[in-house]
Amino acid sequence: MTEPRKRHPLGRMIVQRLAIGVFTLFIISVLVFLAVSLLPGDIAQQILGQSATPETVAAMRRDLGLDQPLITRYFHWIGGVLQGDFGKSLANGRPVADLLATRLPNTLFLAAYAAVIAVPLSVLLGLLSAMWRGSWFDRGVNTLSLTAISFPEFFIAYILMYWLSVQWGWFPSMADPGSNPSLMDLVQKAFLPAMTLVLVVSAHMLRMTRAAVVNVLGAPYIAMARLKGVSKWRIITRHALPNALAPIINVIALNVAWLITGVVIVEVVFVYPGLGQLMVDSVTNRDMPVVQACALIFAAVYICINILADVLAIATNPRLLHPR
Amino acid sequence: MELARTIRSMPFTAMLGIVVIAVYAVVAIFAPLLAPYGEAEIVGAQFEPWGGAFLVGTDNLGRDMLSRLIWGARNTVGVALMTTVLAFLIGSIAGLLAAARRGWVDMILSRIVDILMAVPSLIFTLLALSALGPGVMNLIVVVAIMDSTRVFRLVRATAMNVMVMDYVEAAKLRGEGTWWIIRREVLPNITAPLIAEFGLRFCFAFLTISALSFLGLGLPPPLADWGGMVRDNASLISFGDTTPLLPAACIAVLTVAVNFVVDWLLHRASGLKD
Repeated sequence: MTEPRKRHPLGRMIVQRLAIGVFTLFIISVLVFLAVSLLPGDIAQQILGQSATPETVAAMRRDLGLDQPLITRYFHWIGGVLQGDFGKSLANGRPVADLLATRLPNTLFLAAYAAVIAVPLSVLLGLLSAMWRGSWFDRGVNTLSLTAISFPEFFIAYILMYWLSVQWGWFPSMADPGSNPSLMDLVQKAFLPAMTLVLVVSAHMLRMTRAAVVNVLGAPYIAMARLKGVSKWRIITRHALPNALAPIINVIALNVAWLITGVVIVEVVFVYPGLGQLMVDSVTNRDMPVVQACALIFAAVYICINILADVLAIATNPRLLHPR
Repeated sequence: MELARTIRSMPFTAMLGIVVIAVYAVVAIFAPLLAPYGEAEIVGAQFEPWGGAFLVGTDNLGRDMLSRLIWGARNTVGVALMTTVLAFLIGSIAGLLAAARRGWVDMILSRIVDILMAVPSLIFTLLALSALGPGVMNLIVVVAIMDSTRVFRLVRATAMNVMVMDYVEAAKLRGEGTWWIIRREVLPNITAPLIAEFGLRFCFAFLTISALSFLGLGLPPPLADWGGMVRDNASLISFGDTTPLLPAACIAVLTVAVNFVVDWLLHRASGLKD
């Protein structure tokens, strides 16, 4: 890497991806902002109730900045968001940032917990079933993962809760971490929600990993290596894996979408005080500032992880690392 | 005897899938005849146990669970089916248009789809539903639009491949219009992958709507709906009662069945024989 090269395409491609990512984030923030302007009826009227006089409604509108043009309001809002000010909750008047401060770490912990188990597990299983394509192992994994994909997240969650918690009493069914829990405590209490997420995400991830590896194994250079008499493990580790790495990284990033969807439902099932539960509650109450904040955070996390995956996939692509 | 051969070559899982789908269809169509009680009829005390007049007990308001499971087949599957059909209409019209017209039409449609797919669809759905408010129509439209993005991508890609064929070129030179070409040349050539995709999209819509109902944002209350029924009776789980698992299992069994059939269709279409 130290020797000078003429015009390396790597840097330019990475900058390009970053630019696309930032642009996507901008568009999403506009959409999230516009969702409120779509609201039928007037937010000021909603906050004050039907009995409010037109004067107080007008004063409230001025307070909220609703008399400003849309573009001014957007930049005012996004400016606040970038400084960590998400406005006030309509339900209880508390700053949204305070609500997020307690909820976001819980959700990140749960998602990370699930990902740490699910990613190695599903990459390994996907790799093995691609290698032993058509075997009993492959068929078993295929049927099982197809079944897991077909189950609604809450079904898996309640099955786990019924047996592991209610029947056998191994784990608590309600996942409230309480205040200042130790790490072991958290791991124990969040076990069932994390396990549910692992089952949901692994099924998707291992199927996509399998497809990606099968695709690489069908390439002519693998057939060439096999014909040369290279050993099976060497083919996998030296020839297939470096080329399959980029698609696998993308698979992992794509499955963060299932992780986020799963988190929302799993948090509701296990009454886990995270961002997903907050978002669902706020949608029910139509507490728009909170919904906006949650949607923006989920979207930003997802987009950032995908940008990261894109950059990693480019950076680990053997063809791009050795340009002709 | 093409059909007989196809049936004999079918793997066990696909056969099972087709039988299960047929049973669901019969239950959904004949729900009023099969259900012992009405959909929202309160017939007993709350949470009555299994057996006796109520085969699987009653729910949180004293409605017969079995009847609601049967009515649920009609409501939940019906709404999911409507959503999928709408998603297909939107997705394939937009996809065909993009493939046929290319240029700026394709540009704009593709960028819109990119944006919609840049965020997990449940997040967009929650955002849209909180802005538009609850209601069956809003639910169907929002989920259908999110679902149609995948249809768009598939239709656009497959239709693009057909559009460059010589027979399409010949039709163009004959002076046929865009819609004639789409209807007579493109559509017949892309139906096979679309059928498998319909199954996948149905599963997605079905699971999304069930999840939203479970979260309390789906079909409005008196309607029997499997996701909502799980939510209503979930507290029973902590008392060691499996009743709330029944509606969830109804959802799971149908999706597994559809996925088994789709898996077989895709396997057949890919030309892999084992």
